[in-house]
Amino acid sequence: MTTAAPARSGLDVAHICALAHFDLPPEEQAKFQKELAPIVAYVNKLSELDLTGIEPTQYGQPVANVLREDVVEPSLDRETVLRNAPDASETEFRMPRIVE
Amino acid sequence: MADIDISSLSVVSAQDALRRGDFTSVELTQAVLDAIAAKDGAIGAYLTVDADGALAGAAEADARRRAGEDRDLLGIPVAMKDIFNVKGQPCTCASRILEGYVAPFDATVVARLRAEGAIPCGRVNMDEFAMGASTEHSAFQVTRNPVAPDRVPGGSSGGSAAAVAGGLALASLGTDTGGSIRQPASFCGCVGLKPSYGRVSRYGVTAFASSLDQVGPIARDVEDAAILLQAIAGADPHDQTCLDRPVPDYRAALAGASVEGLRIGVPKEYFVEGTDPQVMALVRAAIDKAAAAGARVEEISLPHTEYAIAVYYIVATAEASANLARFDGVRYGRREVGPDGSLQSLYDLSRTHGFGPEVKRRILLGTWVLSSGYYDAYYNRALKVRTLVRRDFEAAFAKVDPVAPTPAFKLDSTVNDPLQAYLCDAFTVPANLAGLCGVSIPCGRTADLGLPVGLQILCPPFEEPRLLRIARAMETLL
Repeated sequence: MTTAAPARSGLDVAHICALAHFDLPPEEQAKFQKELAPIVAYVNKLSELDLTGIEPTQYGQPVANVLREDVVEPSLDRETVLRNAPDASETEFRMPRIVE
Repeated sequence: MADIDISSLSVVSAQDALRRGDFTSVELTQAVLDAIAAKDGAIGAYLTVDADGALAGAAEADARRRAGEDRDLLGIPVAMKDIFNVKGQPCTCASRILEGYVAPFDATVVARLRAEGAIPCGRVNMDEFAMGASTEHSAFQVTRNPVAPDRVPGGSSGGSAAAVAGGLALASLGTDTGGSIRQPASFCGCVGLKPSYGRVSRYGVTAFASSLDQVGPIARDVEDAAILLQAIAGADPHDQTCLDRPVPDYRAALAGASVEGLRIGVPKEYFVEGTDPQVMALVRAAIDKAAAAGARVEEISLPHTEYAIAVYYIVATAEASANLARFDGVRYGRREVGPDGSLQSLYDLSRTHGFGPEVKRRILLGTWVLSSGYYDAYYNRALKVRTLVRRDFEAAFAKVDPVAPTPAFKLDSTVNDPLQAYLCDAFTVPANLAGLCGVSIPCGRTADLGLPVGLQILCPPFEEPRLLRIARAMETLL
């Protein structure tokens, strides 16, 4: 077999929340932990299969290097785009300070 | 003004009437708006109705007609799933995180519909970010199945199906990542077409799982679906996964469609215990009818069907976790900052309070399968099994075109256990994993409650003409 079976079976919701930028209270983390456990157990059925020599399918159809003509086109109007921003100056998105 | 009954009007019959001058597009569009005002309170299909924009579009279509233009969709109002960017309109994906967003551009499918003279008349409900199969995961409202108001309309394109079935639209567009067009069409008694991956541009369609998502129509009949597909199919410089292949004349492909000589494959893995027996009986009856009318029917095997759900919920959630990383409270949508005013709190709180529970569940699962230590064991492994699912179909298509029920297991309702809910997609996700085109057409109603049942037909990638011919032949027969 070319790919290892699951090394560890644990999905640690607290750790994954940090990766996914979720700030969940402990009781909600516990709820997701409980709900996800049977799903993880279910998808483990893929480890039944011998996948030696099988190539992965990553895309809906095989395509490679689709290029368009290198012609400049107008992009979205800045003013219109900034109107959707929760906070913006006339020309930029405004963010909390990240350097002192 | 003509008295127009939207609930019995197909795109073809409406266009015939427009051509004859029985009514104008403004009158037709007003009739749609009136139907929505009168009936949608009880159904809940529409999130927002763009009455002014629709009537302006209709007036423009009438002017184009007076100037001599004639197109199949000229002056026809179309309902749009709330996942498509329509310039100047909201696009919430039924999520709190996109409240207040106004689309600054038209998705390619919207631009193409407009070029054909169709009119986006409103935005219809869906499961949040297309994650779900009942439309109950919308952050905003419940949508009822017009055929059975105490039932769900299916999902995630539940609003698209309910609008058509409820006489609130002539046709609609939805998206299908794992069955989200075919399944609600089946639940509401409509025709739902998922084109082959790469047939229709995804530009301007909020991404759920980029290697699986496709845009397609929900309509009253196969011919209407063919007309809508004609308008939206074809290469797009803004979407490199949308292939540059000729777009055949789909409506012409329907001419003379007959069951005789069809080669129908009945996948034994799709006729298993656990599926609603009434669904099975109706689908079997449809196949028997086809056989009696001259189709060749044989049992086939798609041996990796049992792994498709596991593959799907790894691949789709992995892609979703990456795609939905863009909703971070910075450029659009909801922003919330914690008491410390930090960037970290901005990301965390905007996302935590912006996304609903099903979206969070899938982002967590997808983040996990891509995380260090699990990527090879889950994500990579799933991609390899995806190859096996695709090969199953390639082998089958050498002999037959598979026909099966559209939904698996439960017909009608909502499932509270997430894993059981995911398992209901078992018959629809394989087509997305393999990039196939598929369609669900009505094949009768259950004897006890009169609930619609869908017959699903699958064809190889880019064989939409063949798919539509078979669907038309079966539609005529049933």
